[in-house]
Amino acid sequence: MKKSVQNLLVVSNQRLNKDHALLELKSEVLLEGILPGQFANILVDKSQNIFLRRPFSIFQVDYKCNSIFILIKGIGEGTKSLSKSVVGDTLSIIFPLGRGYTFPTKKSKVLLVGGGVGIAPLMLLATMLKPDNHQIEILIGARSGEDLVELENFGKYGIVHTTTEDGSHGTKGFVTNHAIFGDELKSFDKIYTCGPEPMMKAVARLAHQNEIDCEVSLENTMACGYGVCLCCVTETTGGHRCVCTDGPVFDIKQLKWQN
Amino acid sequence: MAELSIDIAGLKLKNPVMTASGTFGYGVEFDDFFDLNTLGGFVVKGTTLHSRQGNSYPRMAETPSGMLNTVGLQNRGVKYFAENIYPRLLGYDTNILVNVSGSTVEEYIACAEQINELDHIAGIELNISCPNVKEGGMAFGTSCPAAEAVVKAVRNVYHKPLMVKLSPNVTDITDIALAVEAGGADSISLINTILAMAIHAESRKPVLSTVTGGLSGPAIKPIALRMVWQVSKSVKIPVVGIGGIMNATDAIEFFLAGASAIQVGTANFIDPMATQHIIAGIDNYLDRHKFKSIKEIIGGLQL
Repeated sequence: MKKSVQNLLVVSNQRLNKDHALLELKSEVLLEGILPGQFANILVDKSQNIFLRRPFSIFQVDYKCNSIFILIKGIGEGTKSLSKSVVGDTLSIIFPLGRGYTFPTKKSKVLLVGGGVGIAPLMLLATMLKPDNHQIEILIGARSGEDLVELENFGKYGIVHTTTEDGSHGTKGFVTNHAIFGDELKSFDKIYTCGPEPMMKAVARLAHQNEIDCEVSLENTMACGYGVCLCCVTETTGGHRCVCTDGPVFDIKQLKWQN
Repeated sequence: MAELSIDIAGLKLKNPVMTASGTFGYGVEFDDFFDLNTLGGFVVKGTTLHSRQGNSYPRMAETPSGMLNTVGLQNRGVKYFAENIYPRLLGYDTNILVNVSGSTVEEYIACAEQINELDHIAGIELNISCPNVKEGGMAFGTSCPAAEAVVKAVRNVYHKPLMVKLSPNVTDITDIALAVEAGGADSISLINTILAMAIHAESRKPVLSTVTGGLSGPAIKPIALRMVWQVSKSVKIPVVGIGGIMNATDAIEFFLAGASAIQVGTANFIDPMATQHIIAGIDNYLDRHKFKSIKEIIGGLQL
């Protein structure tokens, strides 16, 4: 669908834990063809200190109800304010923005790796991979068990594995400490990842070493979200490219991450 | 409906609302949002003779009521513009200006000569005010003799409307304005961003890769208004106001200060429809105050 500025109605706000909220936003314009990895730029109008919109991955789309879901972790003033939206509020949102993940062309075994709130674009990805009968495994890393959200829903689409830094859930350590990154890794055809940059770099390095296709979703700070401020650039093999329009999803072969 | 059209020294605008360079890409990025032909005009991204990679990330810092940027004139050069982007602009029925920057007078001349060949480009906005490149335009924009010389040199090779964009990073903006008028500018646009910086206290590091950058947004509007007022009183050529314009009221303030037209900049990042609301709001203001034309409020500040 064409990108546009819309006022979306908050129809539900589900508090998932102390700092994560899942907003459901109803659109007046008919939703169509939103891709996993695409994002929405949301205006924070309740705060005087916040000038720019905040970008969020589109977590899920419900075409029957014509609504989108946004997973928000309250980190700074803007995200905290948005996470406290109440039913009946309207939010000014520009969407859908950016290029999403690409789908395998043949039946594949895929690994989705999410770190922290980086799981956000992976739910829509898992939802859209499932009908094509791909073999899906999902690895989610967080600081502790309390920070893991939406595990049950991910479980609908594939086998879920977890790692936590304090060992309170799943394997202790970072996602790359999980056994799936051992000999088993070669059995995957493709890895999709989103999370903190050091995590994605570690995943990308292992994918590269094992010659597995890998797509990452970047989160550079941006002003606009549609390729005109040129602030969110990342270094690619083709020079500086905007994360908002050339990404946020990049094939690791495009990125200069080898150093 | 009041009369919104205005002639800026040969640039015939259907309304006084343009968009500022570096905030509007090449226009085409906004096609999904609205019909660009509703604009008085738009100024495309800063263009240089040679391709430039621009500065490293991070290039942006959000600040109270504004933001800093240090893009550093990333663009693929005037030849690429003429061959690959210009053809996509031919369908628009509005004034398209190219913002031209350079490190030497020779580069400005060479770039302007190539743009002179492009029939559908209505004019040049000469950028002598970019704060984010080392040998960049600001060196020309902060010295009266250098400003006059570069304008004169471009004037010799460029035969369509020539707007010159001034830097606010000077001790007396009217001296520079008079110098570019003497150099042969048809109009003046101001202000470009204000040299500024942001620091991340926890890491004790600058936020921007280049330490300093250009401040834009509502934070700079009072400074821009003051400068537009000073410049419009000192020169005879038309002045185009820029600086933190977010809505129609902001725009009206610039007309009252002496601007004959305005450019919307940073607002395009937050609301891609900002220009549309501003055009409608100006019309509404004129009707409410029973003015028949935008011309009646230009410089209309009641002292």
